[in-house]
Amino acid sequence: MGASGTPARSLGLVETKRVVLFTEDNPLVLDSGETLAPVEVAYETYGERTASDNNVVVICHALTGDANAAGHHGDPTHPGWWDTLIGPGKPVDTDRLFVVSSNLLGGCQGTTGPSSINPATGTPYGLQFPLFTVSDLVKVQRALLAHLGITQILAAVGGSLGGMQVLQWALDYPDEVGHGIAVCATARLSAQNIAFSAVARAAIMNDPDFADGNYYATGKGPDHGLSVARMMAHITYLSEESMRQKFGRRIQDREEPRFDLGVDFQVESYLQHQGKVFLDRFDANSYLYLTRVMDYFDLFADAELVRSQLAKVKTKFLVLSFDTDWRFDTSHSRGIVRTLTAHRVPVTFREISSPHGHDSFLLDVPEYHKTVSAYLDHALAETV
Amino acid sequence: MRADHDVIASLVPSGARVLDLGCGDGSLLDELIRRGADGLGVEISDEGVLACLQRGVPVLQDDIDKGLDDLEDDSFDIVIMSLTLQAVHHPALVLREMNRVGRKSIISFPNFAHWRLRAQLAASGRMPVSPLLPYTWYETPNIRLCSIKDFEALAHAEGFTVEERILINEGGAREGAITQRAGNLLAAGAVYLLSR
Repeated sequence: MGASGTPARSLGLVETKRVVLFTEDNPLVLDSGETLAPVEVAYETYGERTASDNNVVVICHALTGDANAAGHHGDPTHPGWWDTLIGPGKPVDTDRLFVVSSNLLGGCQGTTGPSSINPATGTPYGLQFPLFTVSDLVKVQRALLAHLGITQILAAVGGSLGGMQVLQWALDYPDEVGHGIAVCATARLSAQNIAFSAVARAAIMNDPDFADGNYYATGKGPDHGLSVARMMAHITYLSEESMRQKFGRRIQDREEPRFDLGVDFQVESYLQHQGKVFLDRFDANSYLYLTRVMDYFDLFADAELVRSQLAKVKTKFLVLSFDTDWRFDTSHSRGIVRTLTAHRVPVTFREISSPHGHDSFLLDVPEYHKTVSAYLDHALAETV
Repeated sequence: MRADHDVIASLVPSGARVLDLGCGDGSLLDELIRRGADGLGVEISDEGVLACLQRGVPVLQDDIDKGLDDLEDDSFDIVIMSLTLQAVHHPALVLREMNRVGRKSIISFPNFAHWRLRAQLAASGRMPVSPLLPYTWYETPNIRLCSIKDFEALAHAEGFTVEERILINEGGAREGAITQRAGNLLAAGAVYLLSR
């Protein structure tokens, strides 16, 4: 049940819209100084804007998300990736909030990325796509809001890479974000985190069908590498306990093991399936670029810069972690809390108990949802 | 407003950056923020943290017995711990951490040497129960009971200077009628303003 007290419902049918935000005449200037045009963005909106636009919530998606955060595109059994959290009567309550969700720059679900056509060559960018930063991701989201006529947001909300964008939003646009909700996020990846990214990229780039990223016209692609990358990443999203509960050492479709080198254990079958279905919805080059964005992200690297940035920040934060998340464990969230608190930025922090590891942020964990509900409820009440 | 909160609030200058350890439902912080303070709470219980969220009081859910690792030295003007000292496992550690992160500390606690408690124990031979210590011995969260004299000894050992001591009655309000010297016997509790 959401803070409004109404029972949680689904948004039902929603649709993705597209808009070109940057053109040849007005290109996107990236952090690196390079320019990019055109930039098209796929986005969805839920709920109604108030006359004063005091109820705008921006959703920032994680590594492999898309614009369809909530509701569905025709099949109610396949709702958006954050449908547990967003909808009428849910913690991000679309009966009261206006929600904007967009696909990230560099993605492959409608927003310009490495699989888009490079106007200079008439073929997909591939690895000619420029490298970009989390600031660039936020810059594009802000351009979308400007297109919608929105200059102030009540809250930016995101998990994992989404939470990293939430933090960046506040630092880059200190007057424009009332609240930031960063769930199982980090201010910088650890060596272990980068190591996982590196192995994922090696799997993709060493696939014989990768063709230096120019695989679009070949009719093949680094499917093997991309599915291995996904399989490995998926392990890091679950906890050991949740894997034990879900699969244990059970054998797939049989009583007795086959004793061969094929897929025998349930957990193998599950990962193989996850790797396979991922191929239908994700582009290998996007995976390379978006994992690289995370590796280079180091929000609080420059102490002097952070001091001057945080002195201007008017955003209040809710920082949440999960006790079984080992992808970005609680120490990552505590690091964020420590820096924000040291610079007098108001923060609320909870480590939520959940057996589901990093994936918890996508699931219906009651204490987590209660927390987001209560936080947004007060945030909204404060504005009226 | 709770009477002991009123006493504490009178010691907090407007505009101060305040940390409240064991802030419960955030009611004291809420009041201090209303009066112009910049406040942060630390609370261990789920119910307390949710109540803080509902009030919009910033709070870190944490166990103060494990120290205040997420908070930097000197990052607060005042660190408050109201009627919580007697419920922590490691009072000395907690006092040391308060001294580290805050320039001044305000601590209130029930005085176990209060004459009424002494009399209860002497007369009935059973653990005393009072408005400030309302639990029976087998369910009380209050595990580190001390007297005013005991507390002052520890505070001095931890390098604190007593700037002000306010004696409180069983309702938590300022106890005006008794002399400071008789506090250990006649006051139900005390609020201390401590500096380094």
